[in-house]
Amino acid sequence: MPNTVPMIEVSGLSKTFVLHNQGGVRLPVFDGVDFTVAAGECVVLGGASGAGKSTFMRTLYGNYLASAGRVLIRHDGAPVDITAATPRRILEIRRRTLGYVSQFLRVIPRVPTLEIVKEPMLASGVAEAQAERRARTLLARLNLPESLWSLPPATFSGGEQQRVNLAHGFAMEYPILLLDEPTASLDADNRRVVIELIEEAKARGAAIVGIFHDTAVRDRVATRIFDVTLYKAAA
Amino acid sequence: MSGDILLRVEGLTKLYGDTVTGCREVAFEMSPGEVLGIVGESGSGKTTLLNCISGRLPPSAGTVAFDTRVRGLIDIYALSEPERRMLARTDWGFVHQNPRDGLRMDVSAGANVGERLMAVGARHYGRIRGQAQDWMEKVELDLGRIDDRPATYSGGMQQRLQIARNLVTNPRLVFMDEPTGGLDVSVQARLLDLLRGLVRRLGIAVVLVTHDLAVTRLLADRLMVMRHGRVVETGLTDQVLDDPQHPYTQLLVSSVLQV
Repeated sequence: MPNTVPMIEVSGLSKTFVLHNQGGVRLPVFDGVDFTVAAGECVVLGGASGAGKSTFMRTLYGNYLASAGRVLIRHDGAPVDITAATPRRILEIRRRTLGYVSQFLRVIPRVPTLEIVKEPMLASGVAEAQAERRARTLLARLNLPESLWSLPPATFSGGEQQRVNLAHGFAMEYPILLLDEPTASLDADNRRVVIELIEEAKARGAAIVGIFHDTAVRDRVATRIFDVTLYKAAA
Repeated sequence: MSGDILLRVEGLTKLYGDTVTGCREVAFEMSPGEVLGIVGESGSGKTTLLNCISGRLPPSAGTVAFDTRVRGLIDIYALSEPERRMLARTDWGFVHQNPRDGLRMDVSAGANVGERLMAVGARHYGRIRGQAQDWMEKVELDLGRIDDRPATYSGGMQQRLQIARNLVTNPRLVFMDEPTGGLDVSVQARLLDLLRGLVRRLGIAVVLVTHDLAVTRLLADRLMVMRHGRVVETGLTDQVLDDPQHPYTQLLVSSVLQV
């Protein structure tokens, strides 16, 4: 059962985009969101496409700036408000506490797959040999042919790139994981592997927030659904 | 050394003549190991700022304090000229866009790297050459070319040599002015990967001036956006690029061609 330690505690969170070069158009996305995620929970964001799920998730990650409210992330046993943290602090939180798997892989052009997967581990001080072992295990579990591991993923198919992305995201056992459509371009076998990875993360006490359009995956992993559209801001 | 602040810039203004503004009232701090990207169009004042904070151009007003090993955090323009020159040779590096501005083209590649060591007192020829070789390997240069003059190197090789020359004294802060600017795209990618690895591994702080936003996404922890000599926006790199707040930053980000 999920315990009660809040890993993410959001209160009064609002986001409005202001497009200065389009006549100052204001695009309100959500307003006054209160939201808590405990260790061991997987909360799936609900609501139609374009409802602001990804925007909400990016605001939790510090990638988008909150217009109001706060996002407390439990880092090293104490809550830190990511909306008010310095860039240096946010990077440190991302390095050790807060993982994010998006639909897109963004990497340096010529870096080989294995190095990409190892990077977050090396950056947080995991020993080379251990990082190598973990990277190989994950890539093998995600059925990426070993012949590709030494190549940069730029020329890989969408599904292969997504699996590199997943290995990169799951390499560190982050206490908090944000998953934005991690199964989007995967076949049934690999979707199953991702479900296993998510279940394992829950079992070790990770707090997970996910966006899944695939209802089968969603029903398997969700401990509850949180509907962001209920907080739709008035335009 | 005073711990968490490596560089503190306050109220920095540089005017050319009485009216032309280079940069105005710039203030920021840097921690050890932090990579700060400064972006903006030509004429935005980013190179003026870089020259002021690297001791190459005295500002009209304001202070640039650096955490020196001996005297702690001190205004670099309050140091004597020899002290400042020593700082530039040891704790600082400066990587120019054009490697010809940072290299001596008429002496060998090895001597270019070794020279900086000699400037800080190294005298043992074998050890100097050993370190020069070591750094040429770190920047992936062919050791067989160590005795060739940089004039015979390609642009990408010259740039890597300039980086080796700068890093050989283990600087704590390196200033870079468009380091990938004049290079072919394929060479750029390789250099970026190299820089990223070195900066991470050695924990060097970097002030990186560039107009290439993609370069900052890969290298910089934090961004400062400049326009008309002023800082208009600052923040975590991916946040500034993905959710820019200032009208000028929004224009800058939306003007980049997507590949």
